[in-house]
Amino acid sequence: MRSYVSLLFVAGLAFLLFVITGQLEFGAAPMRVGQAINQTSPAEVGAANIVTSVVLGYRALDTLGELAILFTAATAGGLMLGRPRAGAAHDPDAGFILRTASDLLFPLLLVVGLFIIVHGHLTPGGGFQGGVILAAAFFLPLLARPGTHFNHAVFSVFEGLAGAAFIVIGLLGLVYGGEFLAPLLGQGEMGSLLSAGTLPLLYIAVGLKVGTELAGLMAHIAAYEAVDS
Amino acid sequence: MTPPDLGAILFSGAFGLVVIGILGIVMSTHLVRIVLSIVLLETGANLLLMLSGYRAGAAAPIIIDGVIPAAMVDPVPQALVLTAIVIGVAVQAFMMTLVLRLRSVYGTLDIRELRTCLERDIAQEAGIGLPTSDNLPETPGVGPVRTQGGDA
Repeated sequence: MRSYVSLLFVAGLAFLLFVITGQLEFGAAPMRVGQAINQTSPAEVGAANIVTSVVLGYRALDTLGELAILFTAATAGGLMLGRPRAGAAHDPDAGFILRTASDLLFPLLLVVGLFIIVHGHLTPGGGFQGGVILAAAFFLPLLARPGTHFNHAVFSVFEGLAGAAFIVIGLLGLVYGGEFLAPLLGQGEMGSLLSAGTLPLLYIAVGLKVGTELAGLMAHIAAYEAVDS
Repeated sequence: MTPPDLGAILFSGAFGLVVIGILGIVMSTHLVRIVLSIVLLETGANLLLMLSGYRAGAAAPIIIDGVIPAAMVDPVPQALVLTAIVIGVAVQAFMMTLVLRLRSVYGTLDIRELRTCLERDIAQEAGIGLPTSDNLPETPGVGPVRTQGGDA
């Protein structure tokens, strides 16, 4: 009975959504805000990647809020799962191929992640994407060798420093630029690595924070003792 | 017969993902499947957001070698989706931690069994009898008894 009601509900919802589909115009976005941002941001912010100037310039406060969500999720995950007991049983090491591949991939992932973070204001990418790659780099050795000790203390220090750096840069913007998280340090030459003022610094902070937090959360999940009942 | 235009296909895909996600949420009885359905739902919503900023024939909002393209797509939805994906991953990881805890405390992930267990435990903590009703459907098997404490 319950499943019939659910099916009916979903069928009705699907019908309504597909009726909307017929009325949507494709490829003709009104872009009331987007048009203005596309026109003014190259001169105003100076980032070659306009998406970055939206994320860290016009919507920087929202980005701070999103970092807070990330922090809350990671902290809550750590609280829920706790630490494994000393000497708790863990899965055996993975096979030769996975262990070798993780050793080989670790430096590559680190470099790619940092490259994407540092070039966030020039190319597609940035702190969020690069941070996830960094998290994968630190999580991969744990998959290959589940017994490895994951140093949560070091990661917490980096996480806290990165979060504090974001807020400190924002406060400096408040003091010297007149607004919280206002870009400072001039715009530089568009397209060069040292351009767009403080945006690359903010993205480095975001990348480190995302990377350490996701890695810590996944390490918590991986270290959680499976209870087979 | 004319082929459907690209917009119809893409919008159908986005709405289809949303519908599949909701279908999974309301129909599944296994918690991991519900989490996966939420992931699908998120993907559909993100795709819809991306489509809302698309402009026919426009370039990506990136300035290469100082040349500003004549028409660029809306950068605002892209910025929203960019953060939404990463936040989504973090929230999914948190959902999985909750699922792990439930599994270790009750030993099951079937929401019907979990409901029975939770109702029993809540009634026990509150010192009242189990909620009953004449219209209560047949409950399929009661889950295992809760082990020590609940949380450690």
